[in-house]
Amino acid sequence: MTRKRRFLIGGLVIVAALAYLIYAGVSQSVVYFVTPSELGAAPVAGKSYRLGGMVVPGTLRWDAKSLDLRFTLSDGQASVPVRHRGTPPDLFAENRGAVVEGTWSRDGYFQASTILAKHSEEYKAPHDGSQAGYRELLKTLRGEGKP
Amino acid sequence: MTPELGFAATVAALVLAVYGSGAAALSGMRRRDDLRRSAERAAVGVFLLVTGCMLLLVWAFLTFDFSVRYVAFNTSLGTPFYYRITALWGALEGSIILWTFMLSVYTLIVIARYRRTQPQLYPWVLAVMLGLSAFFLLVMTVPAPPFQRLSPVPADGRGLNPLLEDSGMITHPVALYLGFTGFTVPFAFAMAALIVGRTGEEWITITRRWTIVAWYFLSLGLLIGGWWSYHVLGWGGYWAWDPVENAAFMPWLTGTAFLHSVMIQERRRMLKLWNLTLIILTFSLTLFGTFLTRSGIIGSVHAFSQGSVGQFFLAFLALVVLGAFSLLAWRLDRLKGQGELDSILSRESAFLLNNLFLVAAAFTVFFGTVFPLLSEAVKGTKVSVGAPFFNLVNIPIFLTLIFLMGVGPLIAWRRASAENLRRNFLKPVVIGVAAAAVCRLLGVGNALVLLCLGLVAFVAATIVMDFARAVRARRRTGDGWLDATWGLALRQNRRYGGFVVHLGILVLAVGVAGSQAWSTQTEVTLARGESAQIAGYTLRFDGLHGEEESNHAKVVGTFAVSDARGPYTVLTPAKKFYPQEQTPIAAVDYRLGFLEDLYLVLGEFARDGSHATIKVQVNRMVSWLWMGGLVLTLGAALAILPEPRRKPAPARAGQPATA
Repeated sequence: MTRKRRFLIGGLVIVAALAYLIYAGVSQSVVYFVTPSELGAAPVAGKSYRLGGMVVPGTLRWDAKSLDLRFTLSDGQASVPVRHRGTPPDLFAENRGAVVEGTWSRDGYFQASTILAKHSEEYKAPHDGSQAGYRELLKTLRGEGKP
Repeated sequence: MTPELGFAATVAALVLAVYGSGAAALSGMRRRDDLRRSAERAAVGVFLLVTGCMLLLVWAFLTFDFSVRYVAFNTSLGTPFYYRITALWGALEGSIILWTFMLSVYTLIVIARYRRTQPQLYPWVLAVMLGLSAFFLLVMTVPAPPFQRLSPVPADGRGLNPLLEDSGMITHPVALYLGFTGFTVPFAFAMAALIVGRTGEEWITITRRWTIVAWYFLSLGLLIGGWWSYHVLGWGGYWAWDPVENAAFMPWLTGTAFLHSVMIQERRRMLKLWNLTLIILTFSLTLFGTFLTRSGIIGSVHAFSQGSVGQFFLAFLALVVLGAFSLLAWRLDRLKGQGELDSILSRESAFLLNNLFLVAAAFTVFFGTVFPLLSEAVKGTKVSVGAPFFNLVNIPIFLTLIFLMGVGPLIAWRRASAENLRRNFLKPVVIGVAAAAVCRLLGVGNALVLLCLGLVAFVAATIVMDFARAVRARRRTGDGWLDATWGLALRQNRRYGGFVVHLGILVLAVGVAGSQAWSTQTEVTLARGESAQIAGYTLRFDGLHGEEESNHAKVVGTFAVSDARGPYTVLTPAKKFYPQEQTPIAAVDYRLGFLEDLYLVLGEFARDGSHATIKVQVNRMVSWLWMGGLVLTLGAALAILPEPRRKPAPARAGQPATA
């Protein structure tokens, strides 16, 4: 009986370690889906976000030489400045929907590590920037996160 | 005409499958030979009709019969010949046909092999397999009919998804589905064993080779999927922890656990309940994967169009899980193991730990994949966990599994003596530590990579030493080197096939560790004629040009590459423009190497060709993944060779292992 108990305790220790591993994994790598309004309301520096919105016309700047990409994402109510180093993806343009993943910088902008631009037909962004339509956009873009 | 003919054949096959399944079950209950033969004829009928459906659809593809919706949506007049055949499984409806076809082929093989030899289990196996065929035929009839008519008939089709115009797409789905459907055979035998009440080792012994074949094809499917992802998707990686990849990886993990734990039951009559649970889990996960990726509840780069298919799969999954576990509960009194764990230092406990960790890995993958759903349901916040979660959680698990891979096959059954441990493991431990130290001196700084390399060296040493010892023993009986080596590998093909598979996994592990730790990525914009130095290579941008293909146009960049020894190669990454797609598709170009691949992706470019942005990736050790796959293939082939007839000796403590 004692031997059985020893095996049981050993098994429980392993299961507990695995549970801790999962817990630590989740808390370190969780990404929050937010809108520009939500992010603007309570930005936390260093936290990972996935931010979706429309690229505001007239804000898109890209320098081919330094690969510095800047634009502003908006949901019609709030807007967030975004910076990224790299090439803009195909179909990424002003007045189109885009989803960026990255962190909020202390200096007051969103540092994107990945940018996803989507199809204009299936993933059409609302023109009036209404919340309901915007939700639709977020929903269709969610989970499309792989490069 | 084709749509109606195909639909009629599907419905006829469905009726036959339902009838055959019922007749086989009844023949099992009443021992009626006439019913059994009738069920067999029904199975042959299902096979012929499904084959007919498949050929009909291939014919429709080859003749551009756009009155079939599926053809119009997945091909166009410009689609090259061979991709018109593989377009068959380019989308959901066609892959269900492929799945059903493979299932019907496996059913025929089961009939041919076990009709006479397994009179008791066989009728129920047939009933289960035909029942599963009936489900897939139902899917082909109601939610995902491949033969839907399209009217008016369009002049040209939409074309195949450009990402699927690749050689990997010819083999990847076939291998994957051979793996998925392969697990239905052990599952059907397990269910038959529960129904009949013969819950001993019989069903495991019968399906041993089926399990290896299914496992091998699933592994191959995953690897080819990685290769496709690597050279088509253009992001420079082979595994993204995408829900679809995870969906195929979960049954692989539980299937691997099953493959190992059945050995314990064969030798020690333990773990009966556990093995049944594992095969039910593995089979259910193949269905769950299809549900997950086809229902649209979780987005994925691979997801096909949606519809009610997901609900069908979910309902059927619930039915399978409930049914199988009810049978299990009903036979619970017969499932008590006869053996007992004697010591923590034993092969049994090493295998148990291996199982625990494999199932834990499957659980973490499951958890991470459905986490967005869980979080939204429980807390209402939209979150996800991506690759960092899976990497963080799985790295320790897989390192432990590699360690156990070295321990398991050599430690003694029941209770390992100090002598057994010293004899088998002292030198390998020294070699592992020494290998890690040498790598450290060579400049490997990453602690996890060092640990991985050390473990790989340890396991490789256990395998090589064991084999060398056995060859020496045979040499003493007078065989030559060659005879001794081959004779041994063939005589104990199951054991040494397993070892070769382990070696393949080790090569894979080195590839994964190296590519994760040492790969680099740089983006740079070059004017025509300008050069850049990146990771030891000099790249010169020699301009852009356009090309016209049968179904798309492309813009090709030319980059002359030289390294320290002079000109190395010319790479031509491109962007492809398909009329049916709004997004251009990157066509990467690469030069594969033993230690590193040079991998170029064309980014933004000036319309006049004066400058272009290029992503330059130096992916280290990725080739080891494909080499590992080859080794794995050799091992699996060796393991499924027919075993020479001999009775396994009962296990004794302290004895050198021979399973």
